[in-house]
Amino acid sequence: MSELRFEQVSVRFGGRRGMTAVDGVDLIVPKGQVVGLVGESGSGKSTLARAAAGLTPLSGGQILFNGQPLRPKRGEHRPLQMVFQDPHSSLNPRMSIGDSIAEGIPRAGRGGTASRRSEVQRLLGLVGLDPQRAFSYPGQMSGGQLQRVALARALAGQPKVIIADEITSALDVSVQGTVLNLVRDLQRDLNLSMLFISHNLAVVRYVADAIAVMYLGRIVEQGPAEQILSDPQHPYTKDLLAAVPSQGSPSLTPADIDPAVQAVNDAEPADPHHPPSGCRYHLRCPMGPLVLPDRDVCREVDPQPEGHRQAAACHFANDLTISGRVGLL
Amino acid sequence: MRTSKTVTASGMAARWLAALKTPVGAVSAAMLFMVLAMAVVAPILWTGQAEEINTKAILQGPSPEHLIGTDSLGRDLFYRLLVATGLSVKLALAATGIGVAAGLVLGTVPSLLSRRIGRLVTAFVNIAVAFPGLLLAMFFAVIFGVGQTGAVLAIGLATAPSFARLTQTLVAAQSERDYIAAAKLAGVGRVRRLLRHILPNIAEPLVVTATIGAGGSLLAFAGLSFLGLGVQPPAYDWGRLLNEGLNDIYLHPMAALAPGLAVVVAGLAFNLFGEAVAKTLGTPTPISGKGAATQHIHRPKTVAPSTDVELSTSSSDGDPVLTVNDLFVSFPGPAGPITPVRGVSFSLARGEAVGVVGESGSGKTQTALALAQLVEYPGSVSASRLEFLGQDQLSSPSRAQRQTLGTSFAMVFQDPMKSFNPTMRIGAQLAEVAQRHLGMNRRQALARAADRLRAVRVPAAERRLRQYPHEFSGGMRQRAMIGMGIMGSPALIVADEPTTALDVTVQQQVLRLLSAIKEQDNVAILLISHDLTLVGQVCERVLVMYAGRIVEDLPATELAERAMHPYTQALLAAVPDMETDRDRPLAVVPGRPADPSRIPAGCAFASRCPKADEHCTREDPELLQRDDGHRVACWHPSRGTGSERVPIELKLHAAALQGEAS
Repeated sequence: MSELRFEQVSVRFGGRRGMTAVDGVDLIVPKGQVVGLVGESGSGKSTLARAAAGLTPLSGGQILFNGQPLRPKRGEHRPLQMVFQDPHSSLNPRMSIGDSIAEGIPRAGRGGTASRRSEVQRLLGLVGLDPQRAFSYPGQMSGGQLQRVALARALAGQPKVIIADEITSALDVSVQGTVLNLVRDLQRDLNLSMLFISHNLAVVRYVADAIAVMYLGRIVEQGPAEQILSDPQHPYTKDLLAAVPSQGSPSLTPADIDPAVQAVNDAEPADPHHPPSGCRYHLRCPMGPLVLPDRDVCREVDPQPEGHRQAAACHFANDLTISGRVGLL
Repeated sequence: MRTSKTVTASGMAARWLAALKTPVGAVSAAMLFMVLAMAVVAPILWTGQAEEINTKAILQGPSPEHLIGTDSLGRDLFYRLLVATGLSVKLALAATGIGVAAGLVLGTVPSLLSRRIGRLVTAFVNIAVAFPGLLLAMFFAVIFGVGQTGAVLAIGLATAPSFARLTQTLVAAQSERDYIAAAKLAGVGRVRRLLRHILPNIAEPLVVTATIGAGGSLLAFAGLSFLGLGVQPPAYDWGRLLNEGLNDIYLHPMAALAPGLAVVVAGLAFNLFGEAVAKTLGTPTPISGKGAATQHIHRPKTVAPSTDVELSTSSSDGDPVLTVNDLFVSFPGPAGPITPVRGVSFSLARGEAVGVVGESGSGKTQTALALAQLVEYPGSVSASRLEFLGQDQLSSPSRAQRQTLGTSFAMVFQDPMKSFNPTMRIGAQLAEVAQRHLGMNRRQALARAADRLRAVRVPAAERRLRQYPHEFSGGMRQRAMIGMGIMGSPALIVADEPTTALDVTVQQQVLRLLSAIKEQDNVAILLISHDLTLVGQVCERVLVMYAGRIVEDLPATELAERAMHPYTQALLAAVPDMETDRDRPLAVVPGRPADPSRIPAGCAFASRCPKADEHCTREDPELLQRDDGHRVACWHPSRGTGSERVPIELKLHAAALQGEAS
């Protein structure tokens, strides 16, 4: 069981007046699988990633790798590596590409200069770069190439789990595809587990086996990618899916929008410093008290994921026992 | 336009050299070199002359033998002045060295120690910074005793706190960067992180500050010696000479003025050189974003009306809101001018929504800025025709024209946080538009602002007017920005990546709002984006830009099926959507986007194009009108069904290019 498991993970910033960026998250990244984490900015996706990497201290819960807490000592092998959003800032501009990658090679098996150099060349080849590039500096390369270098550096640590935090969002669209292809190939060839974070649902759909949806620090729904995409249970997931622009989607002319939907459209996202009571999504929910005034339960009671399909944290999500879509919601 | 070229090792040397090419840099470098050379050479050559006592010539004024006179023992002051350079500079450098070393230690220690101790060190530095340097120096001089050693230590330690503070700030800024996090993840220890990662990246500003600091130390030392707290006889430095010369300043002014002048010259040499280097360090990238410098558009001298297109527009009325012909934007670059926009021609009809799509460096943002007349100096804009609402924008604008531009032209930027003034209430900023351009008084303007905020569906508009930009969420801020655009009655809204900084659900709201405004008020919209699908959803017509040119202009409905330019087809295929086949690799476009400073001859896309042949690399295809409203600039246009045929071709090509592409 080589898996990454988040158990009731919470991350809090600041003192009494601070905010809870991640609030009691349970999530499993199984061995050799890609879990996509989607959500809007400020939902706590990146904080969760940084917490897993040990860059942000937890304020509650634990993160386990193979049942063991992730707390590597100096010089020990680190089973988890991370790739960051902006390759221009995640590589030291004053260090050659080769040196940056070599630094990621674990100290234990590092060996001499020659073996390190050949390892760097192997890694560069693995991510589809010319081994001669080892002597280049980041300023001489394009964003897509740099993201490959960042991947090579992460792989140098011989990780079992990779956390990819918005790795394509800083890239040009024509380059994005090459990086996504590479990530997928490497993940399959090396049988890596991966937490793939993105705000772009189409990208996550392409890469991930399972999807978790995050809203205001909580995971509101998770499950196999197919199911989440074809049969979303939480209204936020439904909204996210509906918002993905696609070539066939209807025009945006708001002629036929009824007032309730308009009210939802105009609703403002909740302030993460002051999360609303009850269900955190009720201020924007198209099937909550904004549209159906009798649903006081959303305002008052925090919905629990237990018992709902795809662990949807919604009072009105389908029960586990019900198969298929029932009712008009 | 994003140009985030990071610094390389060779870049650092290049920029220090660039400092030498500026007039101030060259003069100060020459001065500094002379001062340093004198400091080394003078004590070796002239110590004898300088210390030769001649009782026959005591306290003389300037004469041919003694250029600036003699002192009370008849020693030649000119030679003494030259020889004193050695000690003055040496002591100043020693003091600076101590200050820099102590400052570096104090500044970097907080990042190495536990948080609690680090905070204590920081607090100590903060208190020390508050002490005036000279007072601290005098205090130390008393502790360490009067003399050279005490003074060097005193001045060194007095400059340490401010240097420590600067180091701390720089270290903290670098520590936030992702590459430090990555090094942490790679198991790199704190000390190594500091030495290998952080210090090399903050070395430049520290070196500059130390250089300027050396000038300061020199002055401080002269001051201490002058006060008798520094160098003690028989040793002498400039401050000491100044002190001795001052007694007879009314008889022999040169004896006091000359050392003073030496101090000024040496101090200036250090300071100016430091400043000159600092200035080149902060050199902004040649192409920067927005700014409100006045832009001057000129007609090209040789007007070559390349396909003076009578542009067909999908709307019926033949009264275009905007007509652009042969628009060029160029910036001076280190190796010849960089031209991010190269001959763009199009027109916009009333109520028409046109999208401009392209990657970074394609010139789409510069096109928008040129239309809004916001291209910053030293950029220059030229066009053979640029008309907005029938008014020629090429001649210098009259008052009325500026008025038209102010009320009828609205611009929405990518990051609304940056385009609002953070210290002004939203209401005041919106009202300003109405007060300036519509001649309303404050009350009317605020009422109009509230009305416009309601129109862009900002809840509780009256309350919101009194809030500051940071109190708005990203989506609300973008709405307010659009609200500001429709304070007048715009005929055209140019929106530059208006939703890129927003979340998907909010993105839809903003786009819907733009569409609604377009429908209600018959406003033309120019939507600039990197996202083809998004543009296809909102716009009637799509302009695809590559390397500063429009390569295809087609109706949005034809995008999926009838795109003809290989670049458009590649873009469509490369972006995954909700229907992409998960089991096949994504189509890729080999190579990298064209660099605006190095546009190749021929078609700029040729090096990445699967259809390119020799003709393409030789001659740039023109944007030619095909059938109804469709324009393409390609030698081999063909109708690909966007998602089927082309990707396979591209993939084969990509495989062939694997080596060099990556």
